[in-house]
Amino acid sequence: MAITQLSAFLENTSGTLCDALTTLTEAGVNIRALSVADTKDFGILRIIVSDIEKTKAALSNDTLVKETPVIAVKMNDKTGALKEVLSIFKAEKINVEYVYAFTGSAQGDAYVVLRVDELEKAETILAQNNIKTLNDSDITDYLK
Amino acid sequence: MKRYYQPEVETASYEEIRQIQNEKIVKQVRYVYENVPYYRNLMEKKGVTPDDIKSVDDIKKLPFLSKDDLREAYPYGLLGTDLKNCVRIQSTSGTTGKRVVAFYTQKDIDMWEECCARAIVAAGGTEEDVVQVCYGYGLFTGGPGLNGGSHKVGCLTLPMSSGNTDRQIQFMMDLQSTILCCTPSYAAYIGESLAEQGYKPEDNKLKAGIFGAEPWTEEMRQEIEKSLGIKAYDIYGLTETSGPGVAFECEEQTGMHINEDHFYAEVIDPKTGEVLPDGEKGELVFTSLDKEGFPLLRYRTKDICILSRKKCSCGRTHVKMTKPLGRSDDMMIIRGVNVFPSQIEAVLLKEGYPPNYQIVVDRVNNSDTFDIYVECTPAMFSDIIADMQAKEKKLNLAMRSMLGIGPKIHLVAPKTIARSEGKAVRVIDKRKLH
Ligand SMILES: [Zn+2]
Repeated sequence: MAITQLSAFLENTSGTLCDALTTLTEAGVNIRALSVADTKDFGILRIIVSDIEKTKAALSNDTLVKETPVIAVKMNDKTGALKEVLSIFKAEKINVEYVYAFTGSAQGDAYVVLRVDELEKAETILAQNNIKTLNDSDITDYLK
Repeated sequence: MKRYYQPEVETASYEEIRQIQNEKIVKQVRYVYENVPYYRNLMEKKGVTPDDIKSVDDIKKLPFLSKDDLREAYPYGLLGTDLKNCVRIQSTSGTTGKRVVAFYTQKDIDMWEECCARAIVAAGGTEEDVVQVCYGYGLFTGGPGLNGGSHKVGCLTLPMSSGNTDRQIQFMMDLQSTILCCTPSYAAYIGESLAEQGYKPEDNKLKAGIFGAEPWTEEMRQEIEKSLGIKAYDIYGLTETSGPGVAFECEEQTGMHINEDHFYAEVIDPKTGEVLPDGEKGELVFTSLDKEGFPLLRYRTKDICILSRKKCSCGRTHVKMTKPLGRSDDMMIIRGVNVFPSQIEAVLLKEGYPPNYQIVVDRVNNSDTFDIYVECTPAMFSDIIADMQAKEKKLNLAMRSMLGIGPKIHLVAPKTIARSEGKAVRVIDKRKLH
């Protein structure tokens, strides 16, 4: 299963990230995970949120927003989980575009988000290897 | 089918055309000198007399006329004959400053309409055709010019004027128009409206369109040709010289033949005024060789283009001009290369970006910097940085191949580049060159 990540285009000027986060906070959006990638001119804000529709509505119409399915795995099920996932992907020639981590609500819970080029293939292989991935309802319910 | 409206002139040899031009220019310069005190003054200031002009090679000795001269001489200062000999006035829209008012004798109108007739025949027009003219009628030259040309060819003419698209479509369908004359943007709009009303391109009887009076791109041509199921021809002209028909496209669609027996064209360096050889990019200058009412000599059009004498497969021998590549007012020289905002706009449209951009030119350590700010689009946006950088690079390469120099591309958020009511500030030149 995959979860939905939202990405937004941010200009690389001071305050744009702060403004975007303020907007979301004021709209009552709970940000579960966040990562920013940037170049000299612009940045891409990637977030996992409690409510996708509410988030999209809160951002102005002119903000470029994109939904992307990404894979999220829980890290402390067993040791070396990330390494295991990455070696499976490597063996299957699935490219990982980027990775970031976030923590869950329970003490010690950690999750990793992986953006891959072949999502369906990645999901099938992880299932075959009994590696559990999160879905959108996990994000809204289970991670409360 | 008749291929040319006036084959004897349209396919005359270079020497024959030169001879026509030489005979006309000697008479024309004397005519202007004797009848237009404003221009005689300019000639006297330059120390040129009609005796100095023996052939078109001597045209370069004559003073230029600019839009400023037209303003200063408004309304009668450049009139070439008594008003009682004139039968028509046409005028520009006058969006910037004072409008241009041009006078026509009956002979001028006939010449102008013949030029338009050549364009219609070049687009495949015969007396069997139904020509729908949806250029504006009235002071604007578009409607009257093509209307007159259509009459001369003997086509059934629909003087629709512009607007009321539903009625345009009804007439087009019911009366089976075969040639459409309008601005390219209106042609594109009619194409969209036809599709919205459920018509397919093959449902109409149109075979050709003659489009001009505003800048348009090759991409736009392809779009119009597809949506209307026609071949789209470009036409060029300006009120100062007569109107549309100064130059027109043939089936080769690789530039517009200038009606050289009536208009002598030069391309000059807009900064120095020096005449450039064929094949070089510069400002287009027209000398009308036989006009009576408004006989402008060496009129600077501000349009930048290139002339070519390459043999054309259509059999016409008259020199060809490219579509205007920009306006001389807008020309920037960056790292020694002439750059026009219109070229940048064409690349953006081709690559799928909105034509909303800003060019910033500066000079750092004695070398020019060249940056283009472009608004990012939903189609362009990706969550992966490398993808976006690849797109930036593709745009940079497309710019480099069009302009000859590569700008630095900066993607900015949508709707962040200022849109002003009037002309947008497209270029910010921070260099202190003057
Ligand atoms: Zn030709």
